[in-house]
Amino acid sequence: MTTRGTAPTSGINRLAKAPSAGTVKQKTDGAALSALLCAIGETQDKEAFAELFKHFAPRLKSYIIRLGSDAGAAEELTQETMVLVWRKASQFDPAKASASTWIFTIARNARIDAFRREKRPEYDPEDPALVPDALEAPDEPISREQSAAQLANAMQRLSEPERAVLHLSFFEDLSHGMIAERLGIPLGTVKSRMRLAFGKLRAALSELGGQPT
Amino acid sequence: MTVKHHLSDELLLSYASGNLSEGWSLAVATHLALCPECRKRLAAAEAVGGALFEAIDPVAVEADALDNVMDRIALPVAEAADIRSSKPEQATAPEDLSFPEPLRSYLGDRLNWRRLGSAQQIKIATGDRGTTCRLLKIPGGQPMPVHGHRGMELTLVLKGSFSDDDGTFARGDIEEADEGIEHQPIATEGEDCICLAVTDAPLRFRGLAALMQPFLRI
Repeated sequence: MTTRGTAPTSGINRLAKAPSAGTVKQKTDGAALSALLCAIGETQDKEAFAELFKHFAPRLKSYIIRLGSDAGAAEELTQETMVLVWRKASQFDPAKASASTWIFTIARNARIDAFRREKRPEYDPEDPALVPDALEAPDEPISREQSAAQLANAMQRLSEPERAVLHLSFFEDLSHGMIAERLGIPLGTVKSRMRLAFGKLRAALSELGGQPT
Repeated sequence: MTVKHHLSDELLLSYASGNLSEGWSLAVATHLALCPECRKRLAAAEAVGGALFEAIDPVAVEADALDNVMDRIALPVAEAADIRSSKPEQATAPEDLSFPEPLRSYLGDRLNWRRLGSAQQIKIATGDRGTTCRLLKIPGGQPMPVHGHRGMELTLVLKGSFSDDDGTFARGDIEEADEGIEHQPIATEGEDCICLAVTDAPLRFRGLAALMQPFLRI
């Protein structure tokens, strides 16, 4: 599989500044983040937005830098992405995704828009040609934040090589072929590690009943 | 309609992480429109991305970052910068509902079939130079034309069906063929088979062109 061209960047600027007091990694309750997003969507709550910003903006900047931007461009895109989060907050559905997952997808798409000349084709949920989801029996409502916590635990239990291929795929913008080159292992091994890791994570989600396997 | 042949985990994870190029993504996203099961798996793959993102080591933003953003959100939204606005203008293709989004918009409003041996094809333009995307129409009972490629191939069935060693592929089914796999799909008797085929482009821009890419981008 080919990747899109690499993002324009010096590629050298990977210095990670020591986080300032305000951005020290803190354990934040997923449900609280979700509630903040809902408050922004429903009442344009600026205080909630400031809280959310404190948690996510430094993560966004880190994510964008890891994908190859220099600090200046990453700062710019971080701020732009937070503006998008504000504007789109009313579309956030806590039954469908955790706050982190939702913001991750916005950042992923914003980055492709900013740095790539290619588009990212997506299906349109409103398309009459779309085959709709089967109606499911309403089972016990599992919050996405609960399953996100479960997923984070399962992630810790992955083997180091399994975690490594996921990291390279999500954070280094490498195709599977490039990951194989980087790690010096056959492409087939990269793919089987991906499958194994993803299988374990999905199993952890389905234990909760939150996700089908 | 029940889809029997789904996206591989690897392909889904690539798409979820945002590093799958446009051509392959077109086939993946069009399959997703036809396959609720893979949409759920995509949600799981994106949740993996969300978990990795949540656990990332934060990097401090500029001191005035929040103020800047607050100023910007206070401004009236001229054109709501929807990040999905990058998708092409919606167009109505003649065989409309055969072609779900995002494929429909890529096809435009007129299907200009060109002969390709006993079959017909339409080349689909994308911004992705690494792949070739085309719509193929194969008469029932006929074999698929040989595309002369040596790399990966994704084939998504939109109408009719075809069969090869891996079974029968009907609307919504996607086949992922790896390098070196010899297969000769044959369209099922009685109906034209229309599919979206994505292959590695025969010409790859490596070497000099790749070196110049950052400059051409400006």
